[in-house]
Amino acid sequence: MNAYLLILIPLAGAVLAALWPHRRTRPFFLPAVAFAHTALCVLLLARPVAVDPSSWLAFDPLARAILPGVSLLFLLCACYAVGYLRLKEQDNRVFVPALLLVLGLLSAGHQARHLGILWIATEAVTLACVPLIHFNGTPRSFEATWKYLLVGGTGIALSLLGSICLGYASLHGGGSGDITFTALLAHGPNLSRAWVLTAWVLLLVGYGTKMGLAPMHTWKPDAYGESPGIVGALLAGGVTSVAFMALLRIKSVVDAAGEGVVASRTLLAIGLFSTLVAALFLLRTRDFKRMLAYSSIEHMGILCIATSLGGPGAWAALFHVWSNGLTKGALFLSAGNLQRAADSSSIDDARGMFKVMPRSSMLLVTGMFAITACPPFAPFFSELLVVRTGFAAGQGWAIGLFLACLLLAFFGLSRIVFAVVDGRPRLRTTKRARVRESAGLVLPPLFLLAASFWLGLFTPDILRDAWSAAVLQLFPTP
Amino acid sequence: MNDTLNLLIGLAMGFNLLALGTSRLPVLIRAVAVQGVLLGLLPLVLEAHALDWRLILITLATVAGKGFLIPYMLIRAMRAANIARELEPFIGYIPSLLLGAGGTIAAVALTGYLPLLPEHAGNLHVPGAMALILTGFILLIGRTKAISQVCGYLILENGIYLAGLLLIRSTPILVEFGILLDVTVGIFVIGIIVDRIQRAFDSLDTRKLTALHE
Repeated sequence: MNAYLLILIPLAGAVLAALWPHRRTRPFFLPAVAFAHTALCVLLLARPVAVDPSSWLAFDPLARAILPGVSLLFLLCACYAVGYLRLKEQDNRVFVPALLLVLGLLSAGHQARHLGILWIATEAVTLACVPLIHFNGTPRSFEATWKYLLVGGTGIALSLLGSICLGYASLHGGGSGDITFTALLAHGPNLSRAWVLTAWVLLLVGYGTKMGLAPMHTWKPDAYGESPGIVGALLAGGVTSVAFMALLRIKSVVDAAGEGVVASRTLLAIGLFSTLVAALFLLRTRDFKRMLAYSSIEHMGILCIATSLGGPGAWAALFHVWSNGLTKGALFLSAGNLQRAADSSSIDDARGMFKVMPRSSMLLVTGMFAITACPPFAPFFSELLVVRTGFAAGQGWAIGLFLACLLLAFFGLSRIVFAVVDGRPRLRTTKRARVRESAGLVLPPLFLLAASFWLGLFTPDILRDAWSAAVLQLFPTP
Repeated sequence: MNDTLNLLIGLAMGFNLLALGTSRLPVLIRAVAVQGVLLGLLPLVLEAHALDWRLILITLATVAGKGFLIPYMLIRAMRAANIARELEPFIGYIPSLLLGAGGTIAAVALTGYLPLLPEHAGNLHVPGAMALILTGFILLIGRTKAISQVCGYLILENGIYLAGLLLIRSTPILVEFGILLDVTVGIFVIGIIVDRIQRAFDSLDTRKLTALHE
């Protein structure tokens, strides 16, 4: 029942918000619903409920390990949205319900224990994000939306094809074609190997497109660059985590079918390629919101590398989902503040922002150090764990390349961030009406950074337990 | 059953070639529509011995969506943008036709080597799905007008739908219905975007979408 509540509360909120007649007060639906959602998530995190193995939707250990983090990110983004939408003249009759819809569908995707339900939730999230990405209504945002839909739509189509192949693997292996993950895992070694491998390739490409793994990442810089910062934060911390969850669940089926080695190898290769591509593009880009997109691609690569390292690696990956989501959220929100003040996200136009918006600039700089794994923020600890696990697993070369990419990424990120913050602001920027740094626009990213700090230094035992339980669900026999 | 099945899928594969070889958008849209109707009828053929209302509802929804609703929206978008031809494709018509034909032959030849259940082995079901998916990709990559790309996406979806029919007996039909609905909505949204692109750029040429790059 609780599993359904996590989905139904946001959906009901979305309907109410769509019917609500007043533009000024509609944004308050966001924090209200988000607060209820987070409270329920924390309750379920503290007191896990028994899961019926045959259920299609449940707050199982895997959902318990990730969904509360996404919920926390959404709550802070929702608080930010109230202040943000006050600054905007556009109608928010679509924006607010679409955000709530995304929350409901993310909850469904994280809790899906059925391949078809998982696919429907991912597809629906993809569609619900469309009005969010072209909220600004400029020609550039139309271009970004078109590319997002075409690339994302193709990825979604391929993941459906992969799901069909996995169903056929079960049917061909003498099963009933039942595509709940429980049934697929139980069927394990009897699944038809050839079809499982076909399915793995298609699903990796399909859900990898949603995650933004290179070379399927092309939509990501455009969509993140042109959408409001709050949407970027949710895409980078929420939508990608559903796709990652899908890959985790599917990989456990491929492991059970006896093709785990192949799956791990492909994940390692695609993860390293993503970090490399992201690092190289970070050295080139001149736009600080596109920079965040490439950084997100890099971190999706890290998740794949970690997952390819087996059980301890998966634990590090779950940790990294949290640390990346919270830190990236802070970066997107503060970058959004700077972009509004400079009316541009290019380092050619936005300069000397520390003089214009000191608080947001400080947040951006601190966030940059956090995301490039400087201690004592959470990404440092999760990436350190990935490196140690990698060496323990004997993947020295891969980890060496990975560390080199991290270094390049640090050069790229620090180059752009300091170009934006340092120096003297352009005349055009200072002449514009001063955008006040209100508490509603500064506190949410500050809280996100604080959460990242707290998660790194004082990782709560309850989260450690949740991650261990999730790893146990993924790798039943270590 | 196999004869009717082969006939319907064979015809649908023929419309692939028509879609690949034409430069006229109305022909392309209608080819996709007829293909959708042909494929929409398949559940009735596959499950002729166990017809029930759910199956008939699915058939009706597929035929209405793929055959009438989406083509109607596409034709409207085309008229609004006042274009009727795809003039400068990335991949020319003759090369696309050759690619499509070669791919179709390869799909039929390859099917013999795939591990298939006996009831799926001796007909055009699997090669048809592969040929449709390939054709969809050729159109998606090789055309520049947004409407042609949407048609390519539709043929790709048709191929995946055909592949999904392999599981019609085993997978709960409820899920399939959800899938069907989703796909329709997806195209619906794409149609709206096409409309918006046209208002923003006065053309449906996706090559003009080049402001965002490194």
